[in-house]
This record gives sequence, structure tokens and C-alpha cells, in this order.
Amino acid sequence: MATEMGRGSARDEVLRRVRAAKGGAAHAEAVRAAYGAVERGYRSEATRSREGVLELLVDRLQDYDARVLEAVHVDVRTAVATMLKERGARSMVVPRGLAAEWLPVSVEFVVDDGLPADELDRFDGVMTGATLAIAETGTVVLQNVAGQGRRAVTLVPDYHLCVVRVQDVVETVPEAMTRLWATANLPTTFVSGPSATADIEMTRIKGVHGPRFLDVILVR
Amino acid sequence: MSGVALDPKTAPTFPMAAKTALGDGQLRKNVRHATDVIQAKRARVVGEMPDWQNLRESGKQIRQHTMENLDFYLEEFETNCTRAGGVVHWARDAEEARRIIVGLVKASGSDEVIKIKSMTTEEIQLNSALEAAGIHPFETDLAELIIQLGEDRPSHIVVPALHKNRHEIREIFQRTMNLPELGDQPHDLADAARMFLREKFLRVKTGVSGANFLIAETGGVCIVESEGNGRMCLTLPETLIMVAGIDKVIPGFQDLEVLLQLLPRSATGERMNPYTSVWTGVHEGDGPRSFHVVLMDNARTEILADEEARQTLNCIRCAACQNACPVYRQTGGHAYGSVYAGPIGAILTPQLQEMHHAQSLPYASSLCGACYEVCPVKINIPEVLIHLRNKVVKQNTAGVAGFFDVEAGAMKAMAMIFRSERRFRAAQRMGRVAESPIAGKDGWIRWLPGMLGGWTQARDLREMPKETFRDWWEKRGRDGN
Repeated sequence: MATEMGRGSARDEVLRRVRAAKGGAAHAEAVRAAYGAVERGYRSEATRSREGVLELLVDRLQDYDARVLEAVHVDVRTAVATMLKERGARSMVVPRGLAAEWLPVSVEFVVDDGLPADELDRFDGVMTGATLAIAETGTVVLQNVAGQGRRAVTLVPDYHLCVVRVQDVVETVPEAMTRLWATANLPTTFVSGPSATADIEMTRIKGVHGPRFLDVILVR
Repeated sequence: MSGVALDPKTAPTFPMAAKTALGDGQLRKNVRHATDVIQAKRARVVGEMPDWQNLRESGKQIRQHTMENLDFYLEEFETNCTRAGGVVHWARDAEEARRIIVGLVKASGSDEVIKIKSMTTEEIQLNSALEAAGIHPFETDLAELIIQLGEDRPSHIVVPALHKNRHEIREIFQRTMNLPELGDQPHDLADAARMFLREKFLRVKTGVSGANFLIAETGGVCIVESEGNGRMCLTLPETLIMVAGIDKVIPGFQDLEVLLQLLPRSATGERMNPYTSVWTGVHEGDGPRSFHVVLMDNARTEILADEEARQTLNCIRCAACQNACPVYRQTGGHAYGSVYAGPIGAILTPQLQEMHHAQSLPYASSLCGACYEVCPVKINIPEVLIHLRNKVVKQNTAGVAGFFDVEAGAMKAMAMIFRSERRFRAAQRMGRVAESPIAGKDGWIRWLPGMLGGWTQARDLREMPKETFRDWWEKRGRDGN
């Protein structure tokens, strides 16, 4: 490429400036050792009981305008049917690999096989699972895996129904990052409540470009 | 307000710009209201965290460690991002960054782009460069949309339209979106933005963004946002072009556990912002097929070279210092003449100008320390402000100019007076005589002549007491009667 040489020289120049600024090049071993010495005195484990963690999750999800329904495992399909009926959703898009036993027959489910964005826009909503949920912040974490799908699918439709299993609920952000580390390269989205903005007088307003409605079914 | 970009090279000095801002009652009311709301929210969610101070300390150490080993982490990021299918470019300055980005947009075959809010693109005035090249940028963040449609300028790092209230925003939307019936409730305005932008999200094939964090360990990128406009720009286009200062790199994926707790609570007073995206390079069937990262210096290495000011680079752009600053809360952001306003702007802007411009900004502070107290990565802003004031003075008194420097001369004269009791008393007597025509009846002096006027420009001065302590002590006599 014609710009290759120019680009190469900018790279060398920026790195040269960095090294000159801090008095020499960094050495991998010394860097690793110094990184290991960074103090980490913050909480990195749960401090609440399991029941307490789940209660916290429900509280924090509701605090940011998500609706939560708790279901015993056998009842997921009924819970889904209830939620979708309340929302008036009749046609839903779902990612590949979503558990078939969660899907009620009363609603049309279309599996996403790379639908264009304007077609995604025509569904009443999207239904997915979740990799995990963080109680303290009321967050569900989605990744590009079976049952959760690519990022556009949970973005373009106006309504998102997310099914979270209790074993995937952690209390704190550090616990979540520990669990996510092995799959850190996957496209990952942390969702905390429906789309919102605080750009007008710093007041949180629900619903801008992402799904304006978020429901969570907690499977016990 | 005009649509001319904020440029520290041509902006008036802070005291001059502040004077104009202070005369705008509506602006002051809007800024006061918004910063009051955000400060209360922040205080509540920070108060929930028993380990907040531990998180701040870790945040500080992570950032400090990164800057001390920046060459290592930049190269590690480049290697890993490239391996994952990203293309990494380097830019020495704003001009080079603009040239690379314009070239990439053209190569993508698009004459319009959708943009995520990015202060870095504001810093390099990317939009005017795109427009000059025949490329139309659509701002998609609600606040940036308000700024773009209103031909205004950003006044806050996180909420760039913070200086506008709902009525003013409605007026802009009614006029530019042709919606005469639009209501003025915040949800009406958000709905209007949703309608206005949705078609663009679905149509435009090239996205431009900044970055919150570049993860060296994985070559991944993290973007924090609220509205979903960020996700739209990151996932729907075929080409994504990202520009980031070299200071945006962090060592490991795990470090997000600290920064993602510190940033949202400090920035918008939320436990977590609605959407945080983390991804690495290009992922088959999910998101853009072409992904570029432009790593830009633009004077950051100058800051890195100054050991006392280096901590400026630790900033994660939460704007908590702006909300807490008694000066910013009075003047708003435009008076700073830079997209980086408030306390962090007062230290960052002049340094990004290599101390050639914006020299009045390190003085735009009462050094009260509120900024330091709320900073999630413990940047000691007052310490850096004093250091930079020192630099400004040294610069202005260097060489021949210093020989004729009036302020330095006055300081020398003061030293001479203070060394002798006789001279000190004589000076006090002279001062009382000299001040009598300018002191008000209430004992305050509001105006001083000539060069001394610099002092009374921003504060009143008490007149000298009729009797000094020395006079009183002598009159009191030996036995204390």
C-alpha cells in the first residue's frame, strides 16, 4: 500500500517519543512484575447470601425500568407466554440455539440467519438468553454465542425479553469479569436497563435508540 | 453561539470569555441545575460502595502503571488488534489523524458517516475536515445532535449540551426537524431524535467513533454509552473507523472490573450505564467487516515527558470534576475555549497546546480541591494547576522579556519593602492615602487602576484598616492598658 511507509514512520515516531518521554523502553518482565504489584483492595467476591444476591438483582433491574418475572424452570414457557401477551408481542426474532422448550406456540418465532437491519426493525421484539447477570448493577451480559446471537439482533427491535438462569447471577462486577475472561474476545454487550439518555437536563429518560422495553425472566 | 469550533489557538482568554458567560443568566441557571442533579446522583451511588476508595486507588495505580509502560502496551494492543482482523494506524498529530480518517471514509465508498459522541474527534475538529472533503457526518448522540443541529459547541465532556434546557432543545428540533407540534417533555425530544436518526442508522454504511478503553491484552475495545446510538454505529455499518488518543490504552481485560465501576458512577451517577460494548477486531457475521483504529499522539507524549503533569493522562473523561467545580458551575464550558472544559480542561488544554496557547486556563481555578476529591482515578488537579502556573510564569519571564517583566519587578520591590520595618510602615501609610479615592463606603475596593486591575477583575479587595496591628500594639502601652 502506498501509505505503508508514511504510516510506518508515524508509528516509529510516536513510539520513539513515548520512550524518550519516560526515559527508555519498557521490558516485558519488568512490566508484568509492576502490573502484578497494582493494589486491588476492592471487593472481588460476593458478600451476600444467594437469596440476597437474587433479591438485589431484581431490585436493581426494576430500579432502571426493567420488568422482572421469576419462574421455576418447568414454567419458563408459560412465563414467556405471559410476558409476551402483556407486551402484545406476536412476532419475535430469536438467535440460533435458543432453548426450544422456552418458546410458547402462541407466538411466531423467527430464527435470525443474518437478517438485514430493516427486517429486524419489523419484529415486535427479540428474545434471548444471557451469559450472566450482575446483581449489584442490574446488568445482563450478552455474548455472540448460541441462544444470544449477534449484537444487531438485540439492538434493532424495540423490545427485548431476556431469560437469565439463577446459576449465572453474580453479585459484583469483578466476579463477572473473572467469568468472562476466557471468552473476552467475543462481541460482548453489558445491558443495564432499557436504552436511556441523561442528555436533557441530566434527567434519565427511558428509550432512545436501543430497545425501549426490557423484560427479564429469572429462571430458578 | 456560533457554529465555529472551540479552538484554544484563537479563543479569548478565560477571564474575558468568563465575563461574557457570567452575563448570561439562562446559561448559568441551566448549568447550575444540571450539575446539581448529576452531583446528587453521583453522591448517592458512590455512597453505596463500601470499597469506593479502594477502587479509586486501584484505578489510579492502573492508569499510572499504563503511562509508565505506554510503549509496551501500545505495541501489545497493536499486535493483538491486528491479529483479530483490525487495522491499526498511527498519527503524530491532529492533521495526520484527520487525513487518515478522511482517506479511510473515502476508501469505504461512503459520502456520509454516522458518529458516536467522541471528544477526541471534537479535539481534532474532524467534522469540518469531513465536510471539506464532501463527507456528511451525522452526530447520533442526543446531546451532540442538539449541538450539531443548533450549530452550537460542546460545553461538557459527558453531556455536551448541558447548557441547554428542554425548551431551548425543543426550539432547535422544531426548527431543524420540521416538527412544529413537538412537545417539550424530555421523552418527546428523545422520541424525535429516535425517529430522526433511525433511518440513518439503517442506511449509512460507515461509522466513526472514539474509544473509552483499548485493551492491550486482547486487542479489544470498550465503549460505554447510554442511548444505543453507540451500538448502532458499532454494529450496523460495514466499516468502522475509530480514533483514540494513545492514553486510552489499559493493560488487561480484568482492569475493566475497576474502570467500569468507577466511570459510570462518576460520569452519570448510574451504577452502570445502559450499554457497554466490548469486542475484538472483526467477528464473522457480527458487526463491521472492516475495522480501523487510529492511535493518535497529538501532544500526549509532551504531557508524558513532564513527570509532574503526567497524571493528566490518567483521565478517563467522566467529567465529575466539571460538575463539582465552583468555577465551571458559574461559567459553563464555552468560556474555557476548548472541548475539554472545567478543571481537567484547565490542565489538559494548555498541555495539548504544548503551553503555547490557553495559558490563562491554569488560573481558572480557586484551587479548592473539589475536583481532586471526586476524581475516580485520583488526579491531583490542584497540584498540576500550580505546576502549570509555574511553567507559564517561567515561559513568560524567560530571556530578554524577563528583564523587563513588570510583575517580577513588582515582586522584587515588595521583597525590598518587606525587608525593612521603616519601609514597610511608609508603604502602609502611602497605601491608605492612595486607596481613599477608590474605596467604596462599605470598605470594599472593586476597581484598581492599570496593571493592578488584574486583581480586581475577578474579586473585590478589602480596604486597608484605619489602624494597623502595630499601631494598636504601640498605643496599648507596656502594661497592656
